[in-house]
Amino acid sequence: MSVTETRIVTRRLREHPDAHTLERYLATGGYEALRRALQMTPDAVRDEQVTASGLRGRGGAGFGTGQKWSFLPAGVHPRYLVVNGDEGEPCTFKDHMLIEGDPHQIVEGAAIAAYAIGAHHAFCYVRGEFALGIERLERAVAEAYDAGFLGRDVCGSGYDLEMVVHPGAGAYVAGDETGLLSSLEGGRAMPRIKPPFPAVQGLYAAPTVVNNVETVATLPHIILMGGDAYARLGVGRSTGTRIFSVSGHVRRPGNYEVELGITFRDLIEGLAGGVRDGKRMKFFIPGGASSPWLLPDHLDEPLDMDHVTQNLRTMLGSGAVMVFDEDTDPALVAWRLARFFAHESCGKCTPCREGSDWLEKVLFRIAHGRGRPEDLDLMLSFGQTIVPDLDRTPFNQTTICALGPSTMSPVVSLDRWFRDEILERCGADRRRIPVVPA
Amino acid sequence: MPYTPENRERALRIIARYPERRSALLPLLHLAQDQDGWLSPDAMAEIAELLGIEPVEVLGVASFYTMYKRDRPRRLVVSVCTNVSCLVNGAGQVHEAVAEAFAADDEILVEEVECLAACDAAPVLQVNYEFHPVAGPEAAVALVEEYRRGDRTARGVSGGRALR
Ligand SMILES: Cc1cc2nc3c(=O)[nH]c(=O)nc-3n(C[C@H](O)[C@H](O)[C@H](O)COP(=O)(O)O)c2cc1C
Ligand code: SF4
Repeated sequence: MSVTETRIVTRRLREHPDAHTLERYLATGGYEALRRALQMTPDAVRDEQVTASGLRGRGGAGFGTGQKWSFLPAGVHPRYLVVNGDEGEPCTFKDHMLIEGDPHQIVEGAAIAAYAIGAHHAFCYVRGEFALGIERLERAVAEAYDAGFLGRDVCGSGYDLEMVVHPGAGAYVAGDETGLLSSLEGGRAMPRIKPPFPAVQGLYAAPTVVNNVETVATLPHIILMGGDAYARLGVGRSTGTRIFSVSGHVRRPGNYEVELGITFRDLIEGLAGGVRDGKRMKFFIPGGASSPWLLPDHLDEPLDMDHVTQNLRTMLGSGAVMVFDEDTDPALVAWRLARFFAHESCGKCTPCREGSDWLEKVLFRIAHGRGRPEDLDLMLSFGQTIVPDLDRTPFNQTTICALGPSTMSPVVSLDRWFRDEILERCGADRRRIPVVPA
Repeated sequence: MPYTPENRERALRIIARYPERRSALLPLLHLAQDQDGWLSPDAMAEIAELLGIEPVEVLGVASFYTMYKRDRPRRLVVSVCTNVSCLVNGAGQVHEAVAEAFAADDEILVEEVECLAACDAAPVLQVNYEFHPVAGPEAAVALVEEYRRGDRTARGVSGGRALR
């Protein structure tokens, strides 16, 4: 198989072990994109470059970046840019690599984004456990100030920008944009109901854009190659490249930056070397713990965000691909993910707080040989208090943030692909037990 | 314990970076925990005073986040990931072995944590937020032992060491 990576965002850090230093960054074309962007009008950066590139957010939801920026109400100041480096979605490890490996790229990308939206204050919220990443990003910000890429009169353009690196402290739900803003304001990272969306009322109730680290790190390249040229990469409305974090039972786990549109097989077998130890694959999770699972039958499907959502009833989410071999117990994986969600639920919404705990307990007993015949249907039944219609993709929800519905992904996956196996283990016959209507 | 004069200076510098003081709360908690190995009631009271909020508000926020330790000071915090990619690569045994080996040592906290975003190196653990891929339970115990003996030094126990 001859599939190769298309390294744009990861190129510098792959080629240079010292890619995190300002010297290397400048020697490899760094901050040239910022200079060019500052010669355009902010609207031109947004419309002719970023919107034209078709770039969609790499944080999970895949929302159009230029479009999101256009929601900021005109003339309302101050306004803020917040870069989301909280990366807590299980088995996603791309932002961690970008922050440690090429921090100036994030500083430059954030400066371009801030200029385009007219913000003079930007915050990079970095997961607290990334001690080295925080240190390197802090250093990069300090160097950028000294070199005139941040602070007063950036590159002599008359544009001012302050940038602050902010450490998180261990809470997955702080990755949700409204949870993140609450955390950045010095509160518990509890999400709040939308609307108002952050674009209208975000940090300190001012208009705010929240963008993922990888999204922001892509911006300098869009400016350098041109939005139209970037849009020619990829497939359909999934333009450009994305970094996929492949882990689990594969020969070569790692981050792979590929052009969107290649297949799961190209990624998992071609790049990550396929399942190790001569075993076969049992299932894989295509887009982080929040995404419903897929089977080896789906390996020839393309990495196309819309296709995966519309036709495969799951999502590319955060780009975390977890691969499990034939000896894996799917109930054990489902239970561990349920435990994760139960632990991380912030507790604000009753269906999520209580439901995630229930799911964890029922899955625990299934995974540990004490499942009851009705257990799978029991979970599908009470799960409808969180996700009223389990057949819809993406899930609808009764909760404030998307953590609630995510708790149902492992359960729905067991039901879709391993129903017989689970029922057999729980000693049930194959009849569906009538489900109480939600 | 209160901040040392030097850390109090740093705290004031951190506060000055934000449009609103309260935003400095998480970094200030990291700074205190790095200094003392935990968040003492005194430290939280001082932070409340610096930010102009009530101590109970500081406690309410600190208790929400897993990185903040409020029971007693520790020298080493060992965080073993047991989420799925680590789990299928033997993390359960790693956690068990490390927890057992250092159970009697009051200065070492061994905790099971959620995904640490380093799954290509699974199983992984952190000692005072420094990442280590580990080959298996014995290697993990040997590694923590090196820290315990002081053959390896770790910086503060809150990952906040980088804060200017
Ligand atoms: C529970 C939860 C956790 C999330 N965690 C992250 C995260 O760690 N990083 C991230 O960029 N987005 C995360 N998101 C998505 C953010 O809310 C937001 O959509 C994203 O940061 C926007 O950036 P983008 O448009 O560039 O993708 C999370 C969402 C939810 C509901
Ligand atoms: S869905 Fe869960 S995590 Fe999200 S706000 Fe509600 S209780 Fe909190």
